[in-house]
Amino acid sequence: MSSGTILIIDDEAQIRKLLTITLQSNGYTVLAAATGKEGVTLTASHPPDLVLLDLGLPDEDGHDVLKHLRDWFSNPIIIVSVQSSEADIVKALDNGANDYLIKPFRTGELLARVRSALRKSNSEANIPTANFAGLSIDFANRVVKKENVIIKLTVTEYALLTLLARNEGKVLTHHYLLNQVWGPTHQNESQYLRVFIAQLRKKIETDPNRPARILTESGVGYRFVQ
Amino acid sequence: MLLGTVSILAMFFDILPVLTSALLSALIWDFFFIPPRHTLSVGTPEDRLLLLMYFVVALINAVLTNKIRMMEKEVKEKDEKDKSVKFYNTLLNSLSHELRTPITAILGCTDNLQTNAPQLSEKDKSDLLTEISVASIRLNQQVENLLSVSRLEAGVFQIKHDWCDINDLIYKTVQRLDVNLQKYRLAVEIPDQLPLFWLDFGLMEQVIYNLIINVTQHTAVETLITIQADCVRDKLVLIVADNGNGFPEDEIHKVFQKFYRLKGSATGGTGLGLSIVKGFVEAHGGTIKLENLPVCGSKFTIEIFTDKSYVNRIKDE
Repeated sequence: MSSGTILIIDDEAQIRKLLTITLQSNGYTVLAAATGKEGVTLTASHPPDLVLLDLGLPDEDGHDVLKHLRDWFSNPIIIVSVQSSEADIVKALDNGANDYLIKPFRTGELLARVRSALRKSNSEANIPTANFAGLSIDFANRVVKKENVIIKLTVTEYALLTLLARNEGKVLTHHYLLNQVWGPTHQNESQYLRVFIAQLRKKIETDPNRPARILTESGVGYRFVQ
Repeated sequence: MLLGTVSILAMFFDILPVLTSALLSALIWDFFFIPPRHTLSVGTPEDRLLLLMYFVVALINAVLTNKIRMMEKEVKEKDEKDKSVKFYNTLLNSLSHELRTPITAILGCTDNLQTNAPQLSEKDKSDLLTEISVASIRLNQQVENLLSVSRLEAGVFQIKHDWCDINDLIYKTVQRLDVNLQKYRLAVEIPDQLPLFWLDFGLMEQVIYNLIINVTQHTAVETLITIQADCVRDKLVLIVADNGNGFPEDEIHKVFQKFYRLKGSATGGTGLGLSIVKGFVEAHGGTIKLENLPVCGSKFTIEIFTDKSYVNRIKDE
């Protein structure tokens, strides 16, 4: 049984082949397109559960393809990009991409990103509690426990933690976090975000210096992982 | 004095304005010094000869000075051209060796796996696959270094400043290097109330990464690596020190040069890592110095003067 259909939009035949083999052997059905135009057409005719979109396409700017898809397509889109383009990644995430992968990436990383993106879109249902190893969040009663002991969080810390945890596995940009937790007037005040992430790590991480829950994505944002 | 002015002009301007000034100076000389004074007319044939001689001297002076200037310019241009030719030659040499070695490993391993599969034991196969993986990682690192150098060389890269938590910066880098650091001892010293600094997180991450990698490449296992951060006299001070053998004194001033590799150092490096460190630190307006420590080991000290934020010292909400 297929775990879902994934559309690969990448102009490099080698990458399409590698991704196809990897994804198929993990139970996904794969569609592939070599150009932005073909990708958009294929998304319309055979709507996939997830799109892997390369930003460097020959016919169209990947960002335009992303915007075009986002006009009507709401399933997860993971962008694939070459190194040293943090600005590109942030732009794509702000334009509605769900996550990103930097070439060269490892297969494990690819599968983890795909799984968490698909899980997110599967679980739109409102869950009252979230349980991670050693950490639980009771959204209904606003209670957070670490190793079964209630930990005290400030209002901002709680808002930040729940936002990250509800998007487990997914990268959230600095911009997005500031906007959601502090509001649109604080979008450029990243110093608050730095300070509250550090405080939150001290409270929820086993070793705050080696965070295992809230990971830093250099120049992009933060990611909450299991 | 007039002749002096002509020579000075010749040093800075092209031949035409210089000739004009030679002519002008002859006329001025005529005007002030050749009787009848304060007119441009020339009285006696001797004075005419004198004026002509003056003009010829001014002209020769101008032409010679100009010629010398042109030659100097040519030599300078040739030097610069030589320098860039040398740079690209070194780059190509380094490329062909440092990129071909991992590519050879990858090709050799895949050939083996494709053609000798039946003769290979499971362990052989897994070893070959590990080799491919190691070679690819090495290849990727070299490409990244080369990209960084060419970005620095071209001077086109942009710094993306943001507030940085130095604690996060250092530990993030250390965590990325977990595998390399397994056999080393590590001490990180960061004061509790260090302010946030206005830096490019990604670039600084590469700076610390390259410094630590450099230590692991040049020191024995079990070496103690110390990373310190502090705010001293309004500057961010970052120190990466080790208790290894230190650098040879006659080579210590060369380590930040592009492609410079210590004599007798193991293969696997392009000699780019530390030049990238220097480039990125300087792009932040900072400085980096390297010194050997009195007893053993060496110490890299980075100093960057930049904005700070003490918002982390404010008590909660």
